[in-house]
Amino acid sequence: MIYREAGDFKASYRADGQTFPLRLDRTAYWALLAVAFLVVPFVITDYWATSVLVPFLIYAIAALGLNILVGYTGQVSLGTGGFMAVGAYATYKLTTMFPDVSILIHVVLAGGVTALVGMLFGLPSLRIKGFYLAVSTLAAQFFLIWLFNKVPWFYNYSASGQITMPERTVFGVLVTGPSTSAPAKYLVCLGFAVILAWLARNLTRGTSGRKWMAIRDMDIAAEIIGVNPLTAKLTSFAVSSFMIGIAGALFFAVYLGAAEASESFGINKSFLILFMVIIGGLGSVFGSFAGAAFMVLLPVLLKNVLVGGMGWPTDLAAHIELMIVGALIVFFLIVEPHGLAQLWRLTKEKLRLWPFPH
Amino acid sequence: MTIMENPAGYITADGRKIGGTLMDLRNITLRFGGVTAIKDISFDIREGEIRAIIGPNGAGKSSMLNVISGFYVPQEGEVWFRGQRRGQMRPYQVARLGIARTFQNIALFDGMSVLDNIMTGRLTMMKSNLLQQAVWRGAAEREETAHREKVEKIIDFLEIQNIRKTPVGRLPYGLKKRVELARALAAEPNLLLLDEPMAGMNVEEKEDMSRFILDVNDEFGTTIALIEHDMGVVMDLSDRVVVMDYGRKIGDGTPDEVRNNQAVIDAYLGVAHD
Repeated sequence: MIYREAGDFKASYRADGQTFPLRLDRTAYWALLAVAFLVVPFVITDYWATSVLVPFLIYAIAALGLNILVGYTGQVSLGTGGFMAVGAYATYKLTTMFPDVSILIHVVLAGGVTALVGMLFGLPSLRIKGFYLAVSTLAAQFFLIWLFNKVPWFYNYSASGQITMPERTVFGVLVTGPSTSAPAKYLVCLGFAVILAWLARNLTRGTSGRKWMAIRDMDIAAEIIGVNPLTAKLTSFAVSSFMIGIAGALFFAVYLGAAEASESFGINKSFLILFMVIIGGLGSVFGSFAGAAFMVLLPVLLKNVLVGGMGWPTDLAAHIELMIVGALIVFFLIVEPHGLAQLWRLTKEKLRLWPFPH
Repeated sequence: MTIMENPAGYITADGRKIGGTLMDLRNITLRFGGVTAIKDISFDIREGEIRAIIGPNGAGKSSMLNVISGFYVPQEGEVWFRGQRRGQMRPYQVARLGIARTFQNIALFDGMSVLDNIMTGRLTMMKSNLLQQAVWRGAAEREETAHREKVEKIIDFLEIQNIRKTPVGRLPYGLKKRVELARALAAEPNLLLLDEPMAGMNVEEKEDMSRFILDVNDEFGTTIALIEHDMGVVMDLSDRVVVMDYGRKIGDGTPDEVRNNQAVIDAYLGVAHD
């Protein structure tokens, strides 16, 4: 009954075009941000950081990036794992070459490097579409992983072939390396996630977003109204890869600490993130977060219920967990093929009319 | 020389001013493999006029429109636009010349709202760069508001205010046609191409659409080239008519001239082709 647009008048186009047109939505959004920044860091434990919040935020960034490409521009990509690896290895090379420069700058630069690589592998999209494009991005996935394993320069000739993140600080606080505190890890990832989500939202609601969606919905008509498909597709690949690169950089530097290309950034990662995007909702910023939350939280939740709550043996729980997650994915896709974001949208629409829907 | 051939232009019976030549098509021939869709056709479109292209099914009308909009490149012949010969161009470059069009089978962006669809019509005028758009400051924000204002005028003009935020995929056919016209108008075109704007409409919808087409021409002075099957509509709306049959031009002139042209009557009523 409180959730209404009645009385919430818009007097300018600017006010009408904002992300959250309803006052209650805006309040909830700012409240959520306040809790995330001001409350959570003080109560977060190591367990919550390493197995729930940090992976959730990093996967959300990756899903956001992939969503721009798949959800907004309609170009299917299976190269996400490879692009995350580019971000990770770029960070590693940059921070070992220039240890004095802030790690935050290196992470952003790694995103830039990934954007360039993404544009390069996006070139085939000008000629091929759909499943065939997916196959050509698969080539990116395998080529990049092979490259990082094959050329010792990328892992600084270390004997194990792994890359290991040295300790780096931001404003005197340790943010990478094994002895990093949980709040520091969490805040770095949260900061990146919030800023990138804001950028993604701005891009998708404005000129670029319209170009991308026009290409997605009908590429011939898009070209006839004046969209250059070359620049539209390549900017989409660039922005998408930029975000995925940052996700890869954080995944390696903050979350894992040490990584090996084929193990941490294999084809499984690409599929996992694609599933997040599909389950969360194609073409939705909120959906990227919802999908990441679903895929990260569900296994953790099931494990806690099965092992902690019902006392099952760990190995049995692990197998059952896989089955349940699989079944739930199928269930959700049947109930709402447009993803969790659409479910959320419908709920809100219903709520506007509640309790008098007629 | 009749009044209509005056190169400087003339005033129509209802007081509209028709200017000089806007687009000149010279000896256009278009082939698809062994099929000749358009055979050596020449005609011009003058500034401010409503020019209709008619003909039986398969006459090559849509191909002709696709040549004008730059979607097909003819094997022979020249396209002159605003006094300059148009070289081979990609369709998005033609759009920047100020040529907008609608399609026979609606080509809207189904996943976007009506408002966003119409805003795409103004994409060629957007100048802000990616960075400005990403932080939603400066040019990006100003542009969004300025173009929204123009788009709202078109929304008012075409009387589609109540469906502004509806996803296009949910709209009925007649409204989709209207939104598509809005998107083309949003580009503020010099030349507007309409491919069967009234196909599949009932009488009332046809009357609405005719009124919009006349209003567009009258208020914005937009030059319009259209393909239409409804003869009543064509004869009422257009200043001059080109008649095509089997890829050839068989008639060209005012609606009255065309109506009395023996070749046109034969093409429509049917005689044995030799």
